[in-house]
Amino acid sequence: MDKKNQHIILKTKDLSVGYKSKKAQTIVASNINIELHRGELVGLVGGNGIGKSTLLRTITNVQEALSGDIFINEKPIKKYPALDLAKVLSLVLTEQMMSKNLSVFELVALGRQPYTNWVGNLSENDITIINKALYQTNIVDLKQKRCFELSDGQLQKVMIARALAQDTDLIILDEPTTHLDMYHKAYILKLLQKLAKETNKTILFSSHEIDLAIQLCDSLIVMSKNKVVSDSPCNLISNGTFETLFPKDLIAFDEKTGSFRVKK
Amino acid sequence: MPNSNTYKFSFLVLFLVLVICFFTNISLGSIYIPFKDVFNSLIGSATQQETWQHIIQNYRLPKAITAILVGSGLGISGLLMQTLFRNPLAGPFVLGISSGASLGVALIILGSSVFGGVFATFLISKWSIVIAASLGSFLVLLAVLLVSIKVRDTMAILIIGLMFASITAAIVSVLSYFGSAQQLQQYIFWGFGSLGNLSWDELLIFSIIYCLGILISLASVKSLNTLLLGENYAKSLGLNINRSRLAIIVSTSLLAGTITAFTGPIAFIGLAIPHLTRQVFNTSNHKILVPAVFLFGAIVMLICDSIAQVPNSDYTLPINAITSLVGAPVVIWLLVRKRKMVF
Repeated sequence: MDKKNQHIILKTKDLSVGYKSKKAQTIVASNINIELHRGELVGLVGGNGIGKSTLLRTITNVQEALSGDIFINEKPIKKYPALDLAKVLSLVLTEQMMSKNLSVFELVALGRQPYTNWVGNLSENDITIINKALYQTNIVDLKQKRCFELSDGQLQKVMIARALAQDTDLIILDEPTTHLDMYHKAYILKLLQKLAKETNKTILFSSHEIDLAIQLCDSLIVMSKNKVVSDSPCNLISNGTFETLFPKDLIAFDEKTGSFRVKK
Repeated sequence: MPNSNTYKFSFLVLFLVLVICFFTNISLGSIYIPFKDVFNSLIGSATQQETWQHIIQNYRLPKAITAILVGSGLGISGLLMQTLFRNPLAGPFVLGISSGASLGVALIILGSSVFGGVFATFLISKWSIVIAASLGSFLVLLAVLLVSIKVRDTMAILIIGLMFASITAAIVSVLSYFGSAQQLQQYIFWGFGSLGNLSWDELLIFSIIYCLGILISLASVKSLNTLLLGENYAKSLGLNINRSRLAIIVSTSLLAGTITAFTGPIAFIGLAIPHLTRQVFNTSNHKILVPAVFLFGAIVMLICDSIAQVPNSDYTLPINAITSLVGAPVVIWLLVRKRKMVF
């Protein structure tokens, strides 16, 4: 399908992100123009301190943009009341949740909060959606386990299931593969790819797993010092965008394998 | 959430225990009254001696009801604070509600010599103490909250709460230094805590404010559960953090504030009952926890009051000491037995 005709879920226009204090503003990244389409898996890559988290915090409305606009479903993000935003955008964060004594089912069920009544009772429909989320993330057998009993990999799947249960057009994950071993890194990203296809949701994640992201993502947002580029992995490779990602003294990008190699 | 039915049996048992404790509490006291007569006087029938009816209806019954309100109210406000501040050590005491109330009361009782004269006699009525305690607790909690919005670090909030407690304690010390022996005694007796001083009129006001606090806490159940994920997740679920936080704080200050105002600062219950409940019910779901904490709080308070009363003697031990003496070993035992803290 031609990308131009696809529905745009998230769009930024001349976005600048950074920090504002009383005296001055620190621009972390500017001129960000990205478009995410329905059903896409999009990776956000870039070195440490380049502003991935700042960008994610800005497009999830946690912090204010310095300038420019963010649109979700063609409506400016500022125009969304908190509860409506929770119905189009869900998050998986790096922070530890406070209580690990919840059962997996209870935790995933919290994803239904924007839809439930004042005391949080689950309707039949809610339970169907929760069970579907558990099924899609392959954690049905963990349903009754408590979260402190889970491994990091399992917990990450549970948090993804919670975001799925929130039933939003866009899911944003902040470094979903940290703390995971190589197998689980691939597993989680593969799972995200499957979910984007199956559920037709747009999934954006930040990651340091550039080689995995190149293999799995529909498009990539590459943040380097001077610019933010968004394109398909193939185009980015042939453009040589990945060369600009890191200082050239230690590692170099190998176009054939699509991964970084340590210089000998 | 899943199979609330499994908890139904536990709730039934707890409710029965509560009823038994309630009647036992009323049956025990400085004078022995046979259970048949206790029951008769409760349903309004004649008793063997008329004084018995008076004792039951105007002293023991309001005291037992007070115990239920105090135990459940402190337990629930402790639970709210622990979840809001994401800290198992939080409770009404740690965050300065009780010390705020003490300051208010100290200002009224001890400070009356400073204000002096006619004003003083006006100040030391039951109601002025109640109002002073409520105001004091609300102001201190508000101060802690305002600072906590700025720092956002849980441990820092706890320390700030303790600092406010130290400041109030220091002011109380200064006031004590200038107070007369009689005033000091009055203040110290207030600090022992007492469930037995409430008339029916006072109990009415008490229960109205109590119900208001409980209603707000029930309305906060959903946001409390959301807060279990941490504030950022809660926000991403569309929760208005500021409004929920305010509701939780208002509920706590209504509950803990009025309780401290009417019965003095009662230690331990607010901190321990939520832990006791989590250990027994092994859940963090507030839909289960709030009613369970209610029942446990009421039961423990009734038991402590029965003990403090020292049946068939003229002594009444300070309830404040008994709650810790009885309750602390129970919590320690539970933690040691399960080896894992549920939070």
